[in-house]
Parts: sequence; C-alpha cells; structure tokens
Amino acid sequence: MTIDTHGLTRENLLEIDYFLRLTRTLEERLVALFRQAKVIGGLYRSLGQEGESVAAAYALDYALGDVVQPLIRNMGSILVAGAKPADIIKQYMAKGDSPTRGRELNIHFGHPARDGFIGQISMLGDMIPVMAGIVLAGRMQKRNLVGMAFIGDGASSTGAFYEGMNFATVQRLPLVVVLENNGYAYSTPTSKQSAVKSLADKAQAFGCASETVDGNDVLATYAAAKRAVERGREGGGVTLIEAKTFRMKGHAEHDNQSYVPQALIEEWSAKDPVVRFEAALVEAGIATAAEFESIQSRVRREVDAATDEAERSPMPRPEEAGMGLFAGDGYWEAKEG
Amino acid sequence: MAETTYLDAIREAMIEEMRRDPRVFLIGEDVGAYGGAFKTSAGMIEEFGAERVIDTPISEVAIVGAASGAALMGMRPIAEMQFIDFITCAYDILVNFTATSRYRVGSPCPIVIRGPAGGGTHGGPFHSLNPEAMFMNRPGLKIVAPGTAYDAKGLLKAAVRDDDPVLFIEHKYLYRRIKEELPTEDYIVPIGKANVRRSGSDLTIITWGSMIYVADDAAAELAKDGVSVEVIDLRSIIPFDEEAILNSVAKTNRVIILHEAPLTGGAGAEFAARIAEKAFDYLDAPIKRVAALDVPTPYSPPLEAAALPDKARLLAAARELLAY
Repeated sequence: MTIDTHGLTRENLLEIDYFLRLTRTLEERLVALFRQAKVIGGLYRSLGQEGESVAAAYALDYALGDVVQPLIRNMGSILVAGAKPADIIKQYMAKGDSPTRGRELNIHFGHPARDGFIGQISMLGDMIPVMAGIVLAGRMQKRNLVGMAFIGDGASSTGAFYEGMNFATVQRLPLVVVLENNGYAYSTPTSKQSAVKSLADKAQAFGCASETVDGNDVLATYAAAKRAVERGREGGGVTLIEAKTFRMKGHAEHDNQSYVPQALIEEWSAKDPVVRFEAALVEAGIATAAEFESIQSRVRREVDAATDEAERSPMPRPEEAGMGLFAGDGYWEAKEG
Repeated sequence: MAETTYLDAIREAMIEEMRRDPRVFLIGEDVGAYGGAFKTSAGMIEEFGAERVIDTPISEVAIVGAASGAALMGMRPIAEMQFIDFITCAYDILVNFTATSRYRVGSPCPIVIRGPAGGGTHGGPFHSLNPEAMFMNRPGLKIVAPGTAYDAKGLLKAAVRDDDPVLFIEHKYLYRRIKEELPTEDYIVPIGKANVRRSGSDLTIITWGSMIYVADDAAAELAKDGVSVEVIDLRSIIPFDEEAILNSVAKTNRVIILHEAPLTGGAGAEFAARIAEKAFDYLDAPIKRVAALDVPTPYSPPLEAAALPDKARLLAAARELLAY
C-alpha cells in the first residue's frame, strides 16, 4: 500500500519519527525527575498530542527565519525548531545555566530571531498579537518569514485571541494558528468553552482561511500546515487550523483527570499518533520496525546525556535575583557576549 | 524664534526619530490618515507611508502585542493609546509580557507606549486617567511624565532610544497650552533625572506633569511672604531621581509631594516612604501629600475642579508645614 507523503522524503519521515519519539521519551524522563522532586514546577504532558506539535512545526523553514510559538503541550514543536533537550530539562529543574537562568519555567524560553521559537506566557491568548507583531516586523524587514502559533480550545475563548486574529487577518500577515482541540481545558470540556460546531468556524469572525484536520494523523497535519505556511509565504494571510486531538493525561501531573470518561481515553488510545505514523510507514514499505528501534536507542542516549548535563548544572546564585530587569547592569549582556 | 507646543514637540520627536532610525514606527488607532485623535501624528503618514504609520482596529491588545512582537525582532515601535485610559485594556499584555521579557527570558522588548493622560479637560471618568501608580508595582517598565515641551521632546527621543519598554505619559491639558522655544539641534533628556525648576531653602515641592505649573504658582505666591520654595519636576517616575529628592529634603527639611492622581496608593506614597526611610533625620515636619480625591475623575467642571488638586490646597498644605 502506498501513502501520500506530501513531498517528504524517507529521511524527512524518519526525522519526524525521531522528533516524535524524542518528545515522548523526554517527557517520560521529566516525569521521572518530577517524581524525584528534581522537577520542581508543574509538568504538563503532551501524550497523544506529539503528532500535531511535531508535524505542524515541521512545515516551517527555520533557515528562512520562520518562528514557532508553542503552548505548554507543544514541546515537540520547539524540538523541531532546534531546542536542546538539555536546555528543556534545565528549565524544568530551575538551573542557573538554563536558557532563562532559573527565572522562568518549562518551555517558557526562546528568542524569535535567534532561536526560531518563542515561549508562551501563561495569560492564554496573548501570544497571538505578539506573533502578529513578530511577522509584521518580518514583513517590514523584507524577510519572507512565516509565524506559527499554537493555541488551545480553552484559550480560543480569550479576547486576546480574537483581537490578535482580527488584527493579523486585517493586515494579511503570514501567520498560521494551530488551534489544538484536545477535548479539555484543565477540567472544562470544549463544549463548555465554545458553542460553535467546529472551532475552525471561528475563522469566519476574522475572514481568514481555515481547515480542520485529524491532529493524530501526522501526515495529514503536516499537509495542512504546509498548505497554510505556503499561503502565508505567498501573501495569502492568516490560516486557522483546528487540529482535533485528545489530552491523554491530566492538565498536569497532579491531576488524575477523573472527570474524563474512561471510554474517551480508550477511544483515543487506539488513535495514538506515533503508533499510527509508524504503522503507516511500515505498511507502505518506507521504514522498518528495526529502524524505529534504532531511532529509539538514539533518543534514549540523547535524553540520558541531556539528563546528566542538567543534573550536573548549578542552581542560580541568589544574588542574581535582583539583576537583569533593565539594560545596563550587564547581566544578560555578559551571557550574550 | 518660533515657539513649539507641547503637542508639536511630541510630533517632532516622533518624526525626527523615524527619520533617524528606520526601525522606528508608529502604531495605533486613527494615527494614519486622520493624524491621531489629537493630531499628534498629523502629516506623518504622508512622509512615512502606511507601512510605518499603522492604523489598527480598536484593539489595545493588538497594538501593544504587535508592538512588543516587533520589538523582539529588532524594531523600535511607538504604540499610541488614543487616550491613556485605554491602556488598562492592554494592561495584561503590557505588565505580563512586555515588561517582564528581559528579566524572564533575556529578550529586550523596547517599545514606547504613549498617549494623552490627565484631567482638567472635562474628559470624565474614562478620559482623564493618570496611570503611573498602576504600573509602579509591576517591575520592568520605565515611566516618564514630562511637563514641558522641552522635556516632552527630549524624553520621547530618549524613550525611543532606550533598550527597555517605556510608558510615556503626556498630559493632554498641556498639548496646546504650553509653548516653548526648543533647540534646533538633536537632544535628549535622560530618563531618571529630575529637574530643579526653582531653587529654594524653606520647603520642597516634588511633582510632575501638569502639576509643575500649580507648584510654580504656589511657589511664586509663597515668595511674596518671604518663603523660599524649591520645585522639583521629577519627570521620570521609574526610575526616579532619589538623589535629587533626598538632596532637596536635606536642604529644606520640609516636603510636599503633589500629584494629580488619587491620593491612596498613588506614586506619592512611594516617594514619601523613601524620604521617611532615608531622610527622616532631616525632616522638621511631617511629609505632606497633595493629590486628587480618591474618586474617579468626574465630568462636570465644579466637580472636576474639586476632585483634582489645585493651588489653594497646595498653599494650605504648605502653610501648615511651615507653621509646624
């Protein structure tokens, strides 16, 4: 049986598999570190959602200056953009040589121009207007870059989401917004967030392009994201992609998600994006189970090395707490220099 | 030589900065073809085009958010609030994203947010705000509030060139009432430096914005009674010129803090506390604050005049201190 790989080479497909497994394995490692009380902040799993995070972000071209902005469950997207596993573990462990030097949590880091990704803030929706400004600057600087913002079903209820989408669409900015519909925002089901039939229908309020995609189908999500990225790069403006998926764990590690019906968890377990993707590649004769095992070995070695590096890292010095608020004290400049 | 209004000083600062630096642009509501609700950006779209003078939907969140995103990419945006009151609509993104970006993740976010503030123009509860105090306890934002045309131009240029976000509070009562001869050459007024408007030895009045003229009038009147008043125009609220404040208090031993915003939790409380902590031994009398009543700014002229601080209340406070 042949499958449409949407222009992806065998190497591309194996690289996507690497990022999928890296995301899952790295998160499993973070859970272990959390249980050892070495990860001291909240831990938010993306189990079951790795497919759309990785596939959508894989549609960007970071060499052109494209920028991806994850939400808490899109660690996979910043790994695709080039984030280092050791940096992510250091962030979770609040280490002094983490990218934010212990000031910020988890994947709240990254500079759009330097790193190709920018971490969210916790006030959901706010990153949509910020991403609009990032791609607006790209246009003013005559750089043909595209931005991709992830947002959740819950955050699509915020004013900032509407205001940012409206502005970006009016300005015809090259922005792709991946609206992950994973069934729940903390304990609140999507039906109590929005009354629209499909979250993609919200695009009608702005006048931008939209589509709904099976977020647990890696190749379909990649194809939708690729279309949207091309539309943005060619001057066609904003695209809203609703990626239908499911949050297989609680909001965070402390949450046993007792409010989620067991039948839903079982239904979506059968749709695991990594399992489906690999099965499709095997069935199409593109890759073998042995190759996936080899990728998994590599991922495990890398995560082990990253963990060792993060565990060896120092905590920040308390006297740094008052530094780096404004330019001029040399705090961040010393790091950059 | 021709005199320049406070409003034109702001406009000239924007134009000169946009000519000097292609990274600078203006974004806001009605700033383009209309030239701004107060005509602060009149003529700018003709010179710089719609790419650098950007009209937005009615969305302060989009204005501040987009400016912040662009600043991260190396641009130098000036974000206009049509009235500074509407900055509350963008309060979240400004204090949580923009102001914290350098401290949290080491990413400078140098935007200027500017707009017309203050009362005395019968703007009512939603068009008279003095917003400084609501930003003072959210670290990461510099705050300036010029009272003269010279300072408006020089501080705005300094704000545009600053590597951190700056809230530029312009007092709309002064827009066309204040005119000064300005230098023809490029200049800046450094952020964080106060200006001693009037030197004196008996009493210090610390103030900013349009209240500097109330302080001037009161000082002139007290001079007739042989009282020597020092008037300090703070100009910058964050960072503020603590040295200028403490030096003056050490000299005069009596101090009034005068501001147009409501009394309780106002910026004056911080300055009073700082004086009490660091200059207590110099004080010959309690620290006095003269400020607006703790109410929203009312519309009707008799109510507005009664709510806002004025010369009579300032003089009463001064005489009480001098008699202490």
